[in-house]
Amino acid sequence: MTRKIVAALVGAVLGSLLLPAAWSIAQEAENAVELGKNLAFDRKKGNCLACHVIAGGDLAGNIGPPLVAMKMRFPDKKDLRSQIYDSSAKTPRSVMPRFGPHRVLNDEQIDLITEFVYTL
Amino acid sequence: MKRILVTILGMALVAGLAWATPEEDRLAFIDYHKKRFPNVAVEDYLNGVYAINPPAYQQWLQIEEFPPYELAMAEGKELFETPFANGKSYADCFPNGGVGIRQNYPYFDAETGQVKTLELEINECRAANGEAPLKYSKGKMASISAYMAFTSRGQKLNIVIPDDARAMAAYEDGKAYYYSKRGQLNFSCADCHVANSGMMIRADMLSPALGHPTHFPVYRSKWDDMGTLHRRFGGCNKQVRAVPLPAQSEEYRNLEYFLTYMSNGMEVNGPGARK
Repeated sequence: MTRKIVAALVGAVLGSLLLPAAWSIAQEAENAVELGKNLAFDRKKGNCLACHVIAGGDLAGNIGPPLVAMKMRFPDKKDLRSQIYDSSAKTPRSVMPRFGPHRVLNDEQIDLITEFVYTL
Repeated sequence: MKRILVTILGMALVAGLAWATPEEDRLAFIDYHKKRFPNVAVEDYLNGVYAINPPAYQQWLQIEEFPPYELAMAEGKELFETPFANGKSYADCFPNGGVGIRQNYPYFDAETGQVKTLELEINECRAANGEAPLKYSKGKMASISAYMAFTSRGQKLNIVIPDDARAMAAYEDGKAYYYSKRGQLNFSCADCHVANSGMMIRADMLSPALGHPTHFPVYRSKWDDMGTLHRRFGGCNKQVRAVPLPAQSEEYRNLEYFLTYMSNGMEVNGPGARK
């Protein structure tokens, strides 16, 4: 029993010595997705559910397309970000708020939301 | 000479495109709604979103069995019938004693060159009789307006745009307001209520523009209170993060002029109950 705990501790210490960089990068990405999700679901921020069906969200609207298969629809993540930043650039008649130019969200917030939406 | 001719022709063409007559606008508006909701009869749009949402319609019918606007209507009747300090009353200010006239508002007043709404004239009546004005969005004003709408139920909206450049300008101004994007969120009235009517915005269905003004003032559950059409305009402005204009401002009166003209021929069924 004690031996097991010691082994686990040694393993953990070794692991944290050997893989700190990889661990923190993965953790950061996970955090970005989580933060992005919070911003996307926040009614005062992205409020994406007002118009888009998103996995994990309740009572979504249907004015915009469901947010699914995003990697297939936007092979380049940059294109997804520009769509979130200002959809009217590519779709002039879009009714989606111009989140970037109208400062509804700042650049960092748009980055985080992009990270989240890209996982959908 | 040729250049002048071309310029004149060009201007005429542009003017022709920009200045569709109000009646052409109205017919196009109805036609759009017929295509968008082929199973909804034009006369049913006076029920607002309930005309296009059968489950919500059933719930609304139940609400209408004990109308939440009844208290306001009773208050409005009493206020309407109580004489002012000088012995006169609202009946002295309006045609037909103020009964059954809602359908003629708003109208263009040639004397002032302004669009006159019912609420504006209620306060003008008070001023003419030495009474303090009422606030325009809710309270007693909404109650009196509710009672006057009630006496007009079943009458058909009959908004007139006289052959007067100022009336036409007021109509065009209201129309421009309706179709212009505004606010941080960048929505025009038409973005939601024309282009996306019937769609869900989160858990709420966007109501269709046709018939919008027939049932005001309304008791709105969200407010837990009565409100005039201009109170609702202000709410819409806030929702798109635009600064709301004062009730009865010229812009809102012109907007009401355009919007009510679009529903010409539909029955007045105010006051109403809305979510």
